[in-house]
Amino acid sequence: MHTISFRVNGELQTVSVPATATVLELLRERLHLTGTKEGCGIGECGACTILLDGAPVTACLVLAVEIDGASIETIEGETEDGQLSGLQQAFIDAGAIQCGFCTPGMIMSARGLLRKNPDPSDEEIREAIAGNLCRCTGYESILSAVRLASERRKGDSS
Amino acid sequence: MPSQRPKAVRRGLRVNAEGFALEANRGRSCEVSDLKYVGKGVSRSDGVDKVSGVARYTHDLIVPGMLHAAVVTSPHASARIVRIKTDAAAAVPGVRAILTGDGLCYRLGLYMQDKCILAREVVRYQGEAVVAVAADTVDVARAACRLIDVEYETIDATLDPRDAMQSGAHLVHPDLGLYEHMQGVFFPKPGTNIAHHQKIRKGAFDAAFRAADVALTASFYNPPVQHVPLETHAAIAQVLPGDRVEIWTSSQSPYTVRHLMSAAFGLPHANIRVHVPYVGGGFGGKAGLGLEPLAYVLSRAAGGRPVKVVATREEEFNTLASRQGLHSTIEIGCTSGGKIEALKSTYIWDAGAYADYGVNIGRAAAYSGAGPYEIANCWIDSFVVYTNKVFGTAYRGFGHLEVLWGVERAMDMVARKLEMDPAAFRRLNLLKEGDTTITGEPFTSGHGSPIGCLDAAAQAIDWETPSEKPAEPHKIRGKGIAMLHKAPAMPTYTSCAVVIKLDEDGAADILVSGVDYGQGTYTVLRQIAAEELKIPIEHAHVTWECDTAFSPYDWQTVASRFAYMGGNAVIEAAADCLRQIREVAAQALEASPEEIVCEDAAAFVRGKPETGIPYRELALGYTFPNGNSIGGPVIGHGRFIATGLTHLDQETGQGLPAQYWTYGAHAVEVEVDTETGEIEILKIATAIDAGKVLNPKLVVGQVVGGVIQGLGSALWEGFRFDENGRFLNPSFVDYKIPTAKDLPLEMEQIFLENPQPGGPYGARGVAEHPMISVPSAIGNALFDALGIEFTTLPLSYETILLKTLEAHAEKE
Repeated sequence: MHTISFRVNGELQTVSVPATATVLELLRERLHLTGTKEGCGIGECGACTILLDGAPVTACLVLAVEIDGASIETIEGETEDGQLSGLQQAFIDAGAIQCGFCTPGMIMSARGLLRKNPDPSDEEIREAIAGNLCRCTGYESILSAVRLASERRKGDSS
Repeated sequence: MPSQRPKAVRRGLRVNAEGFALEANRGRSCEVSDLKYVGKGVSRSDGVDKVSGVARYTHDLIVPGMLHAAVVTSPHASARIVRIKTDAAAAVPGVRAILTGDGLCYRLGLYMQDKCILAREVVRYQGEAVVAVAADTVDVARAACRLIDVEYETIDATLDPRDAMQSGAHLVHPDLGLYEHMQGVFFPKPGTNIAHHQKIRKGAFDAAFRAADVALTASFYNPPVQHVPLETHAAIAQVLPGDRVEIWTSSQSPYTVRHLMSAAFGLPHANIRVHVPYVGGGFGGKAGLGLEPLAYVLSRAAGGRPVKVVATREEEFNTLASRQGLHSTIEIGCTSGGKIEALKSTYIWDAGAYADYGVNIGRAAAYSGAGPYEIANCWIDSFVVYTNKVFGTAYRGFGHLEVLWGVERAMDMVARKLEMDPAAFRRLNLLKEGDTTITGEPFTSGHGSPIGCLDAAAQAIDWETPSEKPAEPHKIRGKGIAMLHKAPAMPTYTSCAVVIKLDEDGAADILVSGVDYGQGTYTVLRQIAAEELKIPIEHAHVTWECDTAFSPYDWQTVASRFAYMGGNAVIEAAADCLRQIREVAAQALEASPEEIVCEDAAAFVRGKPETGIPYRELALGYTFPNGNSIGGPVIGHGRFIATGLTHLDQETGQGLPAQYWTYGAHAVEVEVDTETGEIEILKIATAIDAGKVLNPKLVVGQVVGGVIQGLGSALWEGFRFDENGRFLNPSFVDYKIPTAKDLPLEMEQIFLENPQPGGPYGARGVAEHPMISVPSAIGNALFDALGIEFTTLPLSYETILLKTLEAHAEKE
């Protein structure tokens, strides 16, 4: 077992984990942060996307021992004080949700993009979520949602 | 070049003028302009839970004391199980139960009881579950599975359903004659691999075909494909003292799960409680029974500890059900003027190892199997055939994408033989008022307008104008069009119920057991309830988790019938609530119930809104100033049952199978790179006669999602097997589904609104339809571009390139 310390959505956690545990297992089974979903467990679907030191990664492919000292963000951290973020609200307004199982990973990929590129082009949005599979929506409304979040933010800051 | 992609265009609704007359709707006359919520783009009511990660799916649930399961699957497509050694696995610390098929003498299934929980004596496909382990953790269960030694003796396999139909073929189910099945609806042929033979006979095909001026015979193939719900199948079962069981499952069918569990295990219905929390996609794959029986027997074997069974992605592909493959042969005879006189189809479905649901696909796709055309002389044979491959089940479109791949390609081929424009040829033959369908159903104005859909889709891609020639010499463009149609495929007695209970504050809780696994039906039911009860939409709630202990009955959430049937039941339940409100308000206001009007969440005497009593003072009963009380909690009940449907005649297929039909068309323009075989969808326009759009935002979402799923079937998806029946591509690396980078450059959705008699506000179902005929339209566009007839799906870049090179070589 290995003792690791890291931040999840700003909160410090110290836990013991076996060398084989993935961050996805750590989040879902130890910390009960079940907003992060498992769609394949082998890095092919993007449902478990989280931010690791600000960058999107699939939590099923990162070992827990690798995040010692790191900071991770999950979908649970996207809502602040019970208020939806602009990105979350944009997903609702654009009709970008159906079954919702890909939604947390999709939002985290979009969050990673918007943080480093607040005004992405359509092509950049498509590229950022290309690793997140969605079987319901056909993606178009998701592209609209990310665009909408970006535009609203511009509107707010101007 | 990707950077040149224009923004995807969404024109949203384009509604025809006739749609605004709603006189057909259950005797009520309400103008669209009167509607506050129905027809409006209300956002999904589950959105907040889903964007914030608090929506709980079966995958996320923990029941105290819960064990986890893993299975050993068969490496062979067909083999006898000689012996199974489990000693080493049983010795692993943390293993609590190990089960094999021995002792699990159950036959399961919805329409045909042909399935086992675990393979018994023989395995019938590679990937079939043979041994199951329940352990403290999933890692322990998997480690134990690796220690289990199963000895097999391989036997003959039958892999191609066309061979499997021949006499002397290896029988996948030698006991077929003993299996229970729905009598009078399905007709298995014991001693063969044919699980069901559906016949449709209308007129005199042979004579009409012989007399035809122009004739065509063509064959087509669709491979099996996977639904790919993002949440794989999952179920938790806990056996409780007193022969009871509690189940949590990712299912489309809480009551069907309960009923089939009752039938299989001999438990009273009330002893089985099924919970369905949020479901991460279904598309038909989670209809009927899934992993619930396995979770149940494991819990029983583990002394009643709850057991969670979650399919891995590979098991979702290779162990759980898929969409059946299909071999089609279609013969069409026409007059020289282009009227279809005769059509014959032979559909051979690759059911795989089990056909418990597949038999109904073979039935439903047969009665739709000539397309939405008027055909005087029709002959269809639809055979559902067992093979030693992963088995099929319902998948969005329920066989219609598959049969219309052939039919709609064949229509283009015939049109060309006639030297007619494919749209004009269709227009001449599409069903019109006064025609009859191939099962003898009269086509009326209440069916909607197939021709209107054709014309709207054609216009959207400027059909009359040939595609432009791109600047790059190796690129070429083409246009294609295809029709679609489908009716709900369901038993003649399909029913559902709705309960609405008013809260203390006058808000409405709507209880249903149809499942909203993404379609948006709950939001539509809220809109209807708010409209009918005259309350703000914010006061109409649907309880999200279905629970057979509390939620009223619904058959299954399949067949694009939930908004239609559930919507009607909500209208009736709301009327029941209003009746109760009026009775109490009448006493309180010293008037007759007939004089009481309900508006804005209050009841008042007609013409005297100032007398209004808010619902919150009536919802639990009314209390007079002196303390006397009357009435009581308002709880309304509504129901709906399919009416007038009949079984199809065994020999002729004549009868009334459809509660309603939904028609539509796709028109596409494609650009092909002849050097690489890559194709770009420049535009796809979809026109559907929805009867009435209940929520434009949600219906656009359904159409876009369905079209992209159809694009997957068209261009990329298909199971591959080796010569021994081993499944070669059970992962997202080897089985590609569309991603955000695969979208057409432009998509347009057009809705016609010719009202459906009996539909809620004139609506009919549209959920499955957008997926159907997407491959056909693309196949037709590819012919227009390349002059090559594609008959096999998927239309992979590789196939397109090879066929293009072949065509060039033939020319030279």
